[in-house]
Amino acid sequence: MKPSLSNSDSPVEITVNGEPRAIPAECTVQNLLDLLGMEGRRVAVARNRDIVPRSEYAAEEIRGGDHVEILEAVGGG
Amino acid sequence: MSPHDSKENPAETFSLGSFEFRSRLIVGSGKYESFEQNLACIEAAGAEMVTVALRRVDFDAPKGQGLLDVISPERFQILPNTAGCYTASEAITTAKLGRELLGTDLVKLEVIGDERTLFPDVAATLEAAKVLLDDGFTVLPYITDDPVACQRLAAMGCAAVMPLAAPIGSGMGIRNPANLRIILETVEVPVIVDAGVGTASDAAVAMELGATALLMNTALAHAKNPVAMARAMRLAVEAGRTAYLAGRMPRRLYAQASSPTDGLANL
Repeated sequence: MKPSLSNSDSPVEITVNGEPRAIPAECTVQNLLDLLGMEGRRVAVARNRDIVPRSEYAAEEIRGGDHVEILEAVGGG
Repeated sequence: MSPHDSKENPAETFSLGSFEFRSRLIVGSGKYESFEQNLACIEAAGAEMVTVALRRVDFDAPKGQGLLDVISPERFQILPNTAGCYTASEAITTAKLGRELLGTDLVKLEVIGDERTLFPDVAATLEAAKVLLDDGFTVLPYITDDPVACQRLAAMGCAAVMPLAAPIGSGMGIRNPANLRIILETVEVPVIVDAGVGTASDAAVAMELGATALLMNTALAHAKNPVAMARAMRLAVEAGRTAYLAGRMPRRLYAQASSPTDGLANL
């Protein structure tokens, strides 16, 4: 058995909107949004407090321990 | 007929950066019973711009229509706010997320300094405004009715200043008209009175003072009949603006007869 670090199938722990979540290794922002059922939703994403532009969702890799925030527009004044 | 009458002068507009508006009533989208009620109020208010907040997606919530599905960015200018931010850094990141989400450089900058009054943190607001202006944002800062703070924000390049009339959601009305007058006389950019308006007469007073526009949320959402209040606010804003342009008569301590004093019969 390969050591887990080099096993691309073993999940990694990240935090999404304050909650721990296991995601597959080699997961992009786009993969995460798809996993969470965000398809077609208007959201904005920050990874470790850096804004991820929509154009980079497919390229931006999420790593273990990352803090991801996924926000949407809600009522406000 | 006055050339300043808005009915006769429908082209009267105001600009915030590169954005041009005809409606002087900007409304929020918080605290309504439903998105549909919110939309009905926006329509009754004749508003062109609607504020929204940014919050975490709730992945467990049932998937239904979102705010922007009902209040469409194709139909209204959406103004993302940084409500709930207590530091310049949080507000800056939130503003950038809003720009990414909505594709607009407009931001209502709010950096709160006190939980109970929701008064702005003036120093942090100035700090965040500087960073956002350097980053190309059209910054509309919510700020206390402090003429010096407003002057500083205007000098930095903010597209408007948005002094509060009273605490957010308080409905207390125009508590310090003298300060608003000083701000209006000393600041070159549009002055949008934001927060504190409770009813139509408050809106009219703010506009008669010379405010460029008003931003309100709770006065509509928490009225007994929000849609009727939205219509009242639209009329009050128009009436106040028109009265401001018309120019009020001077105040006199003593009476001045309206009927002729000559030609009185000897009875």
